Amino acid sequence: MSAPTLERTAPDEAALQAHFNATIAADHRVEPRDWMPDGYRKTLIRQIAQHAHSEIIGMQPEGDWLLAAPSLRRKAILLAKVQDEAGHGLYLYSAAETLGADRADLTDKLIERKQKYSSIFNYPTLTYADVGVIGWLVDGAAICNQVPLCRSSYGPYARAMIRICKEESFHQRQGYELLLTMMRGTAEQRAMVQDAVDRWWWPSLMMFGPPDADSPNSAQSMAWGIKRHSNDELRQRFVDMTVPQAEVLGVTLPDPELALDLATGRYRFGAIDWDEFKRVLAGGGPCNDERIARRRAARDDNAWVTEAATAYAARHDGGRAAGEPA
Amino acid sequence: MGHEETVYEALANAHEEGHWAFGTGFDDPLAGVDTTVPDGVDHADLGAYCLMLGDDALVLAQRLTQWITNAPELEEEVAFGNIALDLLGQARLLLARAGSVDVLGRSREHATASIPDEDALAYFRDPDEFRSTALVEAPNGDFGQTIVRLLVAATVRLAVLARLRGSRDPVLAAIAAKGVNELTYHRDHAARWVLRLGDGTDESHRRAQAGVDAVWPLLADVFSPTDVERRLAAAGVAVDPAEVRAEVRDVLTTVLERATLRVPEWPADAPPRGRAGQHGPELTELLGTLQGLAREHPAATW
Repeated sequence: MSAPTLERTAPDEAALQAHFNATIAADHRVEPRDWMPDGYRKTLIRQIAQHAHSEIIGMQPEGDWLLAAPSLRRKAILLAKVQDEAGHGLYLYSAAETLGADRADLTDKLIERKQKYSSIFNYPTLTYADVGVIGWLVDGAAICNQVPLCRSSYGPYARAMIRICKEESFHQRQGYELLLTMMRGTAEQRAMVQDAVDRWWWPSLMMFGPPDADSPNSAQSMAWGIKRHSNDELRQRFVDMTVPQAEVLGVTLPDPELALDLATGRYRFGAIDWDEFKRVLAGGGPCNDERIARRRAARDDNAWVTEAATAYAARHDGGRAAGEPA
Repeated sequence: MGHEETVYEALANAHEEGHWAFGTGFDDPLAGVDTTVPDGVDHADLGAYCLMLGDDALVLAQRLTQWITNAPELEEEVAFGNIALDLLGQARLLLARAGSVDVLGRSREHATASIPDEDALAYFRDPDEFRSTALVEAPNGDFGQTIVRLLVAATVRLAVLARLRGSRDPVLAAIAAKGVNELTYHRDHAARWVLRLGDGTDESHRRAQAGVDAVWPLLADVFSPTDVERRLAAAGVAVDPAEVRAEVRDVLTTVLERATLRVPEWPADAPPRGRAGQHGPELTELLGTLQGLAREHPAATW
């Protein structure tokens, strides 16, 4: 960098940084046109994109039951839920676009595995009870993670999260209600619910990310107001919230060490298999390839549709926008 | 207490009945609507007619749902989800109405008493008991063919429901009044895509035209009334499909011409097939997926 540039920009940058710091310190929101440090912008784009990808990939495990839902009412509930997830993906990609990212480019990065999504969606949905357990545990964990993000320092993200959390909470209750209904049903249905809980419990705990000691980016994200609570704190909240719900439901959680600590009023739980987490995150889960392949096919097989819409808009809508006669 | 804590507390109270989105029991979809069958209307005819309209909606909803997680854009995931939900809602009301006038037939022998009528009819009838037409049963094909079929099916259904708003059956009139708003959007959505595809790129034009050519022959028996439709139309309850043919043809011709697509020859009238329970293997396959789980657990409640 040459000296004249430094002279011209350095004082401005310092003032802008000071203004940004003051905004964060006062717990005010940073808005798209505000100056922000590059690291803050990049971290947000990465986090929001990862969240958007999770919504879109997350449509698949439950979407696999849309055609076979066992009653028309359940089909309608599931269809509305999967549709909500597409809507969440849209808000989140839009929030990322306010930071200068481009949706098509982010989708490409997902398909090329340059960006991640929540590894929970790499597990298969084996029975209809999985639909209920995903609502109860996976959406429940997502809510614990996401409610604090309604106070994220970045305005568009925080506002998107308020709506998303309301809808997620609706989904969680619908999932739990399905499980309650199944538990009142046949012995086979009760066995399905228990089996699904056994399979999804540990992956749900992994959704909060690695333990605080192994979470290198957390401190900076906390300082920036992008993250509000540590991974371990959120995980503990989820466990404390979920254990009583499991009791009401009449299922056991697959952890022999799970016990109420009378001194703290919180639940102690067993060790999480972080090797499995790392393996699934790195692409070695049961459904990683299938999930990405479907996104790739949706993009590639339908590229002609997008091209047609673009060509049509350029000829028609674009012509009108420029004030040319139709 | 901050907003955050309040949200957590609400979640912990998840078993409070009043907070449930859809209620924990089965909601009667016809609650609040006068379900008295008008004088002089044959119950079996009314039920059979509800199955015709209901099965069309159910089968098309299932076809559109096949696009979910596979659509060209996220906006289309949302739109197809919306349209499928609307059609599913219409199907539920129509099947419940059919059940209320006792056309359950064999389905009630297979479904346990705890299964509501709409599900007994949707999940426990065999293909030959379905009254949908080939127009909605045909496989989706590519996005172009899917959108052309949606345009055609929504245009036909909108024309029928618009007239059905004046039905002497208060339930059909209420379902039609709600459905007309929904179908107006479905038809508009499909028409906009037909314009973009027809007048987009060479490839999209070719694919849209192939879609039109594949869908047009499916119109052969759509406008041929069954005896049930004739009798009910004479009684002021149903719409004779032959009555909407000219309007449908005008609408489709207008859209296709604007989209620079060639309008194929209108197929010759054929006697009703789907409405008479005659279907191809594609319906059997579609129903196999739809019904499999429910039939595997006939004593279960969901």
